[in-house]
Amino acid sequence: MNLSRQAKEKVAFALLGACTLVVLTPVLLMVVLIAVRGAAAANWGFISRMPENYMRAGGIMPAIVGSLLLVGGTILLALPLGVLGAVYLTEYAGRGRMVGLVRLAIVNLAGVPSVVYGLFGLALFVLLFHFGTSLAAGCCTLALLVLPLVITASEEALRAVPDELRQGSLALGASRWQTTRRVVLPNALPGILTGAILAVGRAAGETAPILFTAAAFYVPHLPKSVFDPVMALPYHLYIIATQVPNAPPQIQWGAAWVLLALVLAVNLVAIVIRYRIRRARRW
Amino acid sequence: MSASESQTQGVRAESAPGPGPQKPRFHIRDLSLYYGRTQALKGVTLDVRNREITALIGPSGCGKSSFLRALNRMNDLIPDARKEGQVLLDGDDIYAVGTDVVELRRRVGMVFQRPNPFPMSVFDNVAYGPRLHGVRGRSRLEEIVEESLRDAALWDEVKEKLHKSAMELSGGQQQRLCIARVLAVGSEVLLLDEPCSALDPISTFKIEELLIELKAEYTVVIVTHNMYQASRVSDRTGFFLGGELIEFGETQQVFERPRDERTDGYVRGRFG
Repeated sequence: MNLSRQAKEKVAFALLGACTLVVLTPVLLMVVLIAVRGAAAANWGFISRMPENYMRAGGIMPAIVGSLLLVGGTILLALPLGVLGAVYLTEYAGRGRMVGLVRLAIVNLAGVPSVVYGLFGLALFVLLFHFGTSLAAGCCTLALLVLPLVITASEEALRAVPDELRQGSLALGASRWQTTRRVVLPNALPGILTGAILAVGRAAGETAPILFTAAAFYVPHLPKSVFDPVMALPYHLYIIATQVPNAPPQIQWGAAWVLLALVLAVNLVAIVIRYRIRRARRW
Repeated sequence: MSASESQTQGVRAESAPGPGPQKPRFHIRDLSLYYGRTQALKGVTLDVRNREITALIGPSGCGKSSFLRALNRMNDLIPDARKEGQVLLDGDDIYAVGTDVVELRRRVGMVFQRPNPFPMSVFDNVAYGPRLHGVRGRSRLEEIVEESLRDAALWDEVKEKLHKSAMELSGGQQQRLCIARVLAVGSEVLLLDEPCSALDPISTFKIEELLIELKAEYTVVIVTHNMYQASRVSDRTGFFLGGELIEFGETQQVFERPRDERTDGYVRGRFG
């Protein structure tokens, strides 16, 4: 190979570009396919109406509402818990053996299959705590599932805040907590939001953890309390795809498109917020 | 403690308190410092006087920064740092059990090597300390911010952009902002850890001028690896080498008639 430097540069560039394309293609294909097929079904009626005829017709409104409630509740539980946990680990805990164990546990927790979370949620929240198959049990289970994500992302974000800022604050006579609250957390916010975005995507898409804890096959009304079961988009999708004979394909595509669009929309909002915060705070 | 207790809690007072001019402020007695098994300071004894600039010089790793950070207990933040000996501030042992470290750090302010303004507005940077210590009223805060910025010789340059991000200031302005931030909490002692090492000569000159003005009211301790800076601004100079205080005396004497040949070698630029 006696290529000139420019030629090598071009080859490398082309290779890297090809890799990017390979990664991008399936994603684009999937989104485009689902969007094209699903958009035909996903009209206003589909989004806003109850299912009819054993879910073979009508809309998917309760599943959308159920998924939104599940995701909302999950974030409400996991975000404060995860962020405070990460604050403890980075700002307070130091580097003892115990902290190492906790970190190890978190990493391992992230690797546990989601169906195990589902069974754990069933045993703990549904049965032991008597939540029943309910929104509450589902949120708690999903919160456990996304907690490692939130903690890891928050920890990274907190660690990325320059130590000089902490020292500057402490040297002015701030306590550790004042320093964390006024200097460290505000500057870690964009990174923490990234964790939250990942968590939303995960919580919205998972089926196994809510299978035993929250999701109902079919509920003809919206949940009246947190202890009611809910319908959820991923589970609904699974059901109309495999459990309901003769469900028309367009409502399957429609449900898939709504789920995808929902996650994309939530992510988009979070990304915009993050961008705004980042622009306001630079160091 | 009496002097500081009489002033408003946590904010700058009308005039700097403390003992009269040139009275010792810090008594450091036989101070040794260890990081794990490495010994960073070996039995350092020296007095820091009020309304003087004390410069600490020496090659990298000689212990001068460690010494500085012992004076406001910033070394506490380093795991397995350990000290022997005494540090007295106005007669009180700052390492005594029950010492309020937060209050100590308010009285003994610190400016770091790299300017570290918070990523917030100029105003909020200076108001950060007073707010921590409970100052609320807008007009009182504005007063403190203006006074502190004036004292740090920065007011005229930033008065039009108090509410712009501090990150937009130049390095030298940022460093003076950090000094203003310390003045705003009513510190009586200023510790500066190589404050000019990241600055250009003009910014450095401005900071040096500022320090000379500040010593009329404050006790200033500056660590520098720049010997010319030490000889330009300081009243007394300490030369550190390998964790030991080799020589300490009036700056002119240390630079012109050093008693120790190692000091002589260093100030003549033979090593370090």
